[in-house]
Amino acid sequence: MNARARLALFLPAAAVAAGLLVWGFTGLPGFGRYPGPYGDVINRHGVHQRHATNVVNTIVFDYRGFDTVGEEFILFAAVMGVTLLLRLQRSEEEEETPEEEAAERARTQTSDAVHLAATAMVVPSVTLGLYVVIHGHLTPGGGFQGGGVLFTAPVFLYLAGRYVDFRRLTPVSLLDFGEGAGAAGFAVIGLGAMAVGYPYLANIIGKGVKGSVFSGGDLLLINLCVGLEVAAGFVFIAWEFMEQTLMVRSAVPRGFEGSGRRGKG
Amino acid sequence: MIVVVQAVVMLLVAGLAVAVAVTRDPLRQLMPYSLFGGALAVLFLVLQAPDVALSAIAVSALAYPAMILLALAKVRHREK
Repeated sequence: MNARARLALFLPAAAVAAGLLVWGFTGLPGFGRYPGPYGDVINRHGVHQRHATNVVNTIVFDYRGFDTVGEEFILFAAVMGVTLLLRLQRSEEEEETPEEEAAERARTQTSDAVHLAATAMVVPSVTLGLYVVIHGHLTPGGGFQGGGVLFTAPVFLYLAGRYVDFRRLTPVSLLDFGEGAGAAGFAVIGLGAMAVGYPYLANIIGKGVKGSVFSGGDLLLINLCVGLEVAAGFVFIAWEFMEQTLMVRSAVPRGFEGSGRRGKG
Repeated sequence: MIVVVQAVVMLLVAGLAVAVAVTRDPLRQLMPYSLFGGALAVLFLVLQAPDVALSAIAVSALAYPAMILLALAKVRHREK
């Protein structure tokens, strides 16, 4: 198909799509105007009911906590799927250990400026990540966001050319465990409420003093679980990718595809 | 005043989105994409949604570029 015909096909289709879009937008409520009653109700009663000052966190992990458990397992399944794919491709043979090759990489690729800046960022990113997780129910943030920030710490280590440290600080069995424990912890907190006769994920722990770290009932625990799962999941994927990039030396021999090895980690 | 800030940030997001779309090389695309993610986070902040802004930073300015970098490294390694 030549460019002219393609354009002739594209333009009417684009015009129809644009028309539908504009028509749809005209039916939306005005910019910044919220018509529904639900948000207003939560704004009025959320803090009083749960004693957690970050109402967004209360909604995500409490009022609609069951939805979030589902989302949690979507993330879990995605991480496991990627890991599985990467492991299937893992080679059986390796000529150089990752440590040797990492040393080679550090020599050839990392400039002093990158090394210094990335090294300086490791501790602040861990601190900020933990802060965002622990204060998820008080200030903007929470398990997911804090877990994402925590994930940057090993990435900075890697950028600093310290792949050896990256490997040492991320024992893969612990990542496996953290990923699973985080996902399971959230679900188990919900079951805990059922065990004592309340609905799933009912927030039955003492509500605490508004604004203190120990407030909002089970929100802190859930944030910690989610933070653990997100951080472990991201680092896990990064670890698998890096293992692959560094270790795969030749194609997988036929018949050995399923027995991906884990290196020394 | 806040309306002006919102308009400026929206235009910035739109401009950076176009920049992402017209950059064809995946490796080069990461730079405008990270900026786009950062601008999107600023937009959420301006619209008073700091929680979403933090998520946007975590996903589009950090996790996504890191994953693409790693995937590219892997693909290129295999091509060698």
